This record gives sequence, C-alpha cells and structure tokens, in this order.
Amino acid sequence: MSMNSNNMNSLSLSPMTSDVFDIIVIGAGVVGCAVARQFTLEGAKVAVIEKASDILDGASKANSAILHTGFDAPANSIELSCIKSGFEEYHKIHKQLNLPIEKTGAHVVAWNDGEAAKIHGILSKAHDNGISDAKMISAEQLLIKEPNLGKNAQGAIYIPDEAIIDPWSAPYAYLKQSIINGGQIFLHTQVLGGDFDGDIWEIKTSRGTIKSRHIINCAGLYGDELNKILLGDAKFEITPRKGQFVVFDKVSAKIINSIILPVPNNRTKGVVLCRTIFGNLLLGPTAQDQKSRTDASTNEQDLQELIDIGIKKIPALKNMPITATYAGLRPATQFKEYQIETKPEKNHLTIGGIRSTGLSSALGIAKYVYKLYEDMGLKHSKIKNPKLPESASILAQDGKRDWQKENHGEIICHCEMVSEREIKAALKEPLKANSLAGLKRQTRVTMGRCQGFYCSAKLSQMTKGLFENPIAKDITKNTHDAKDIQS
Amino acid sequence: MREQIDVAIIGGGPAGLSAAIELKRFGVKQIIVLERESEAGGIPRHCGHYPFGMREYKQLLTGTQYAKKLVRSAIKAGVNILTSTSVIEVKQGGTLAIVSNQGMREISAKRVIYATGVRETPRAARLVSGSRPLGVINTGALQAMVFLEKQKPFERPVIIGSELVAFSAIQTCKHAKISPVAMIEEAKNVTAQWPIQYYTKLAGLPLHLETKLTKIISDESNIKVSAIEVENSKGEKQIIECDGVIFTGQFTPEASLARCGHLQIDDATNGPIVDQYGRCSDPVYFAAGNILRPVETSGWSWNEGRQIGHIVANDLAGKLPSPDNFIKIITASEIIKYAMPHKLSLDNNRANDIKNGMHNGMKNLQLRFTKRAKGYLVASINKKEIYRKKLTVFPEKRVLIPMQELTDNANAKQIILSFEEI
Repeated sequence: MSMNSNNMNSLSLSPMTSDVFDIIVIGAGVVGCAVARQFTLEGAKVAVIEKASDILDGASKANSAILHTGFDAPANSIELSCIKSGFEEYHKIHKQLNLPIEKTGAHVVAWNDGEAAKIHGILSKAHDNGISDAKMISAEQLLIKEPNLGKNAQGAIYIPDEAIIDPWSAPYAYLKQSIINGGQIFLHTQVLGGDFDGDIWEIKTSRGTIKSRHIINCAGLYGDELNKILLGDAKFEITPRKGQFVVFDKVSAKIINSIILPVPNNRTKGVVLCRTIFGNLLLGPTAQDQKSRTDASTNEQDLQELIDIGIKKIPALKNMPITATYAGLRPATQFKEYQIETKPEKNHLTIGGIRSTGLSSALGIAKYVYKLYEDMGLKHSKIKNPKLPESASILAQDGKRDWQKENHGEIICHCEMVSEREIKAALKEPLKANSLAGLKRQTRVTMGRCQGFYCSAKLSQMTKGLFENPIAKDITKNTHDAKDIQS
Repeated sequence: MREQIDVAIIGGGPAGLSAAIELKRFGVKQIIVLERESEAGGIPRHCGHYPFGMREYKQLLTGTQYAKKLVRSAIKAGVNILTSTSVIEVKQGGTLAIVSNQGMREISAKRVIYATGVRETPRAARLVSGSRPLGVINTGALQAMVFLEKQKPFERPVIIGSELVAFSAIQTCKHAKISPVAMIEEAKNVTAQWPIQYYTKLAGLPLHLETKLTKIISDESNIKVSAIEVENSKGEKQIIECDGVIFTGQFTPEASLARCGHLQIDDATNGPIVDQYGRCSDPVYFAAGNILRPVETSGWSWNEGRQIGHIVANDLAGKLPSPDNFIKIITASEIIKYAMPHKLSLDNNRANDIKNGMHNGMKNLQLRFTKRAKGYLVASINKKEIYRKKLTVFPEKRVLIPMQELTDNANAKQIILSFEEI
C-alpha cells in the first residue's frame, strides 16, 4: 500500500449505517467492552462508538491489572456488588475466552504501629464484604511467605483469592465476542451531539449520524462531558486522577509471590507492588488529581519517589533494572461511589466514575446495567449458543505462548517473545490494531526491557501502510543515493 | 536425544563469530552459533556508515559491509550459524533450551560462550518526564529503520547524549536526510573524543552542554512529539521544538538471559562476573564482547571474541587453571564505574602463574570512570600499595592496567582499586 494513499482508508473503518441499533455504547474501555458483550449476548443489536483508532485508549490503557475480590470496597455499595459479581463472572468465562488468571493472593501489610491497629478494621470489613477466607497473619508468617519484604513489616491481612490478569486481552475478548455475535464497532468516531425524538436517538459523530433506541454512556474520562452534550447536564464531574507506575524487569518478579497492598487511606488504595501476568514486577500507582483529561505524562521526581517507596518495602528492588514507566488516568468524581444512573424518559444510561476497580468490576457492571435496562421494561431474547471468538494468544509468562508452538514464523520482539504470527493476527479483523499503541496492547511488542531497540524497525516494516500514524515513513528514493545500504 | 556439541555461542555479532572462527582454527569440531535475528552480523548490520573493519580486514568498510564479511568468514571456516533461533533458557552445566520456527529443543554443549552484546538504555529506564508519543527511540532502532528498512521515524529530532554512538546517530540522520535540531548533553564536556572531521559537519547542530532533558512534550493526542523542555546549569528552562527524540548511549549489556538464569551478575558492568579468561560463575560458561562491559567498538569485541575462542579451546584441552582459586578485584571509589574482569584465577602454583602471564587470559584490567577527574589510580593488597599511576580520567573512556602489574603477591585474596582525586 502506498503511503500517499488516504491514511483514513488504511484504518479500514466500518462504514456508517442507517440501521437502528437497540443500544449504542459510547466508549470502548473495559466497561464499554463488557457492556457490549452482555447486551449482545442478551440479544440486543449493539454498536460501540470509540473516538480513538483503537479500543482501550483512555483510562483502561493503564491500570494495575489486578482482579480484586472486593474485600476493601465500601460496604453495601454498587461498587462492591459489581466487583464481586465481576470477579465471579471472570472466573466463569476466562477458560472459554482463553484469558489468563493467576491467583497470587494479596497481603495488606502494616508497616507501622498505626497501620497495625488499622488492619483489624480491614479484616472485619473483608468479612462483612463476604470475603470469609481473609485472615490475619503475623509478621513472622508474612516473612516466611514473602522473605524479601522489609523487616519492619508488622503483620498483614491475607486475602487468598486476589489475582492478577491481563488487563488488555480481557476487554479485547469481551468486545470480540460481541462482534462475532452481531455487535458492531465504530472506531475513530467521536460523538458531537445527539437528538432524541422520544423513541430514537440520532447521534451525530465525526463520521456521520448513527441511530439507536438506547444510549449507554461508557465514556470514562469524558463521562460528564458526554452527558452534557447529550442530556444538557451531568450529575457528576470528572477530576482525572493520575497514577504513575514503574515496571521492573522480569528478573525481579521472583522477589515477591503475592500482591503487596498498603493500608489504604480515604482517597486511594495506595502504592501496590505485584507481579504482572507477563512476568514483570509492577510498582504504583501515585494518585494525583489534575484537570487535564489527556495528560498521562510521567514525572521523573514522582517516579523516583515511587521507587524509593518500593525499595523501603522490598529492599531487593534497589538494583533491579527498570523496564518501563507509564501513567494512567482514573475517572474519579466528587463521589466515592460509582455513578450509574438511568434516565428512562431519555432512553439513556450512564456508567460513570469507575475509578480504579473497573477491570475487576466490568463484567459485574455489565450484568447490573442490563438488570436496570430490564427494569425499564425492556427485554430481548438471549442468543442461544453464542459464538466464542477465535482465541487470541495467551500472553501470560506461564501460559502456553505462541513461540512455543511450531510455525510461529520468527520471533519479532525478543524481550516479550512475540511471534510474527501473533503480530500478523493482531493486524487482522476483528479489532485489528490501528496504531502501535493498539498493537502493543494486543501483543506486548516493544513493552519489554529494550523498549523497541531491537524490533522497532521490523515492526515499522510489518505495519507499513496500516497505521494512520505510522512508526516510520519510507525514505523516498530521491532522498539519498543509498549505495552503501546495498553493499 | 539431546544434541551434544562442543561449543554453543549465543549471539552472532563480531564477538560471537570471531570466537567461533578461532575455535575452528584450534580444531574444535562441533560449534553452533545461535542468532535470534534472521541474519547474523550483530549490531554492525545496521550501521550503514564507516568506519568498520580496519583491525580485522585492513579495509575501510561500512558496518553493513563488515557484518556481511564477518558472516562469510565464519561460514568459510565451517561454523554452523543457526539464525532466527532464540535461546530461551540456560541451565547449569551447558544445557540450552532453544526455539525456532520448528519449535523447541534442547542442546547440550561442553562450553557455552555468551556473546549477546549491548543495547542503549531506553527512555523509560532513564525515568525521563513527559508524555510517551511515537518517535522516541534509541540510536540502534533508528539505524535499523534507516539502513535495514529504508524508513525514517521523524524529520527534526533532538539527540540526547554525546557518546561516540551519538555520532552514529548524526551520520544515520544525514543518510536519511533527517535534520537533527539539537544535541543535549548533561555533562560539561562532550563525552566522546570528537573525530575532528565531524566537528565541522556538526557546525550546524546546536550543542547544549550542561543541559538536562526535563520533559518530552507531545501534541494533545499524545501521538507525536512536538517539543522537549531542557534545563541548563543555571536552572533556566528552554523549549526546543522537534518531532522526535533519539536517546543515545548509556549502554547496558544485553545480559537478561544470564540474569534470568543462574550466572552471577556484576551490578557495576551489568554483565556476568568473570575471571581473566572471561569465565563465568558456572565455569562451562564464558563471555566475550560487549556483554562483558559497556561499551567497546566492534573491532575490540571481535578481538576479544577471538581471544575467548582461543581460551575456550584451551579449556577444552584441559589447559585452564581451576576457577576455584582466585584473587578478587574490588573497586573502592565511586568514581570508578567498573573494573573488569572481576577476579583473577590462579593455579596452585601462583608464583608460576604470574611469571607466565597467567595463561594468556586478558592482558589488561579494563576500567571506566563516571566523570572527568585528575588523580592517582591506586591498587593495594592488604593495605600495601602495589600500583600507583597519575591519570586524567574521562567518562566512557577506557583505562587499562596490565594484569602483571597487579599480581606480585601470590598469596593475595583481594586487590583493592581506588582513585585519589587531586
């Protein structure tokens, strides 16, 4: 394909349609993907609209990749019930969708007397929240299980069922299951406005008009703005909360076994240390409120402070090589509780303020919202034998990886062991990668220790003509007499 | 049945290939070079610029030409090079798990040579502030894009750092008609000793010394670099518009395989801990080339590979002293970035060793320093000074100490190196 061709063509977007959908989900983050899956499987005709060229481009692109049990969620909250049912649903479907999970367990560690006093409250809360196997363990027991922890650990609450998962392949699988069962995705499509005539919504987008009976706002960081555009006002206001993370080299993953959680304060869960399903060690997040909904920049000083916190907890981190740093924005609001609301008179549902537990609760939120939809007197007939998406490769370090199988082609990304076959698959529909960021989330290319030193050039070649924003452009022939290349 | 061979060499760059050729020359039969890329040749493959090959072929070649010539020499010598073949696990005693398009298998080698080279430190590990758009890459990635794929990721990048590799970055840019807008260096002086001819060519490129990159700035969509923010020694900030960032240098050995395996790693070189034979903590494993330490030229690595090849041939013939009896080399001043090798293995008859030049191991101790300074490099054993030399040291410039100068005491357990600044 020539680079002179219209770049938009290279995105191969689905054409706009005059069909009337039952549901339009606005926003393809983890919540939007789970909601699309739920409604599709319930028999609704679903479209998902996403303003970015790939899904998971907002809050869902960066999190701590933990599947929480809900042990510390606010009592009697929607958040708690959604985390619990989301946790349960993930366990039910992960095998058929070929999604990895590793039950590492978590320790909420008390590092001083004040925290030691507080963890009793955390334990009784866990029990109240139905996590009955949570238990207190002594400093001695803790250090037997986690011998590399700093010696000032005073004891911990152990929650056996906390687990780590792949934060990207899960929502990809949810949306792919929606798509192969009739759901549609419109990428690179931003909502500009909309009219509701009492029966049907006509949504104006950057790529034309699209119609639906109901709207579900899953716009994450833009949830309040979207409600202002479509409903005229919003009941909540998003204040993005930035979380910066440091990813340590795979060599460091063996220094801890479980998820090491701090005693949380009112505002955040605090700094977590855990392995990732990909075999790294993750440290973060920070919690910094900001105005910008796009500024996911990292800051050297913050990262250094984060590393110092990490070293205090696990001294062996000191000489561990750093693989990556990143930041994510969580869509926090002025409320602690999720902002899930229905406007039956407007055929409108909002799922807002899903802060830091969205990955755990998404499948639960989807069920809960479908129930609200039914309560509005609406019903479809469930798809009888829903199809399963062709399973993507498991990217988990301990999973059966594609490179272990024959005919994978070459290994392109050596740090993360991503095969040529995996990359080619991610460049095909459904949900083909339209950007390097999308390709990274689907395959992990360039996310390892060399950060693209070895494979960027090959990737640039393999994705030539496929991305709106290419990794690199052709050096035109007249640029230079390239004799010495040929030698 | 697991395949049994004499020597497996991990990495088909200058060090690995020259080690293989040398082993062949000394009559070692079954040698396999394992190369994960689709072509052997190593980093020089994508250095489409001069100068390469002077030491090895007495010819002025580009890296690309040089890499091809190296591979041809190895094949001619009868070396078996397996390309697109990755080593995924190394085990005690010389067993390697390898994978290719045909699937996984194990091979067992009497000796293994690590020759996996170095890479530059990427942006993330430097903790650089800012957003994470496209077009922020290392020199190595740029070279591969330009010389192997004939592509360019930007038009007006800034170059971070001034080690020798920064000049490769400039040459690579020039080749692709990319116009760098500035070179940023935190130190007072340029790190590399500038080849004079580049001075003039550089005239058009503003050099910001004592300046730190403080932020990468992107457009609203976080997709493209729009500028960088830098801060000089007076604390003044400046925005430099650009569309890409090349992070050059700050090399680190590509020793992850060894790190994730069983070998002891030195936190100073970030490579394996070795004796003067390049022998690792598991004595069937050796290391050659830039995995030993950051960073030398490909000519140096080639020479080192040749030497280690010879040593391994000797070891297979039972001619190397036991690794169990050694003198440790310890650095005691922060200004000494590293010293390699980390220990000197000696025979039971130590005095003999010293007299015989220690069985043709590395002749010199290799040192690097963290900053520019004047002073005395001092080596001592049991608080007794055995070596003192007045030096001006520079960052990233090697200092060599002849081993024989260090080992007049046959009963020493350790040699302490320090630097007295004046």
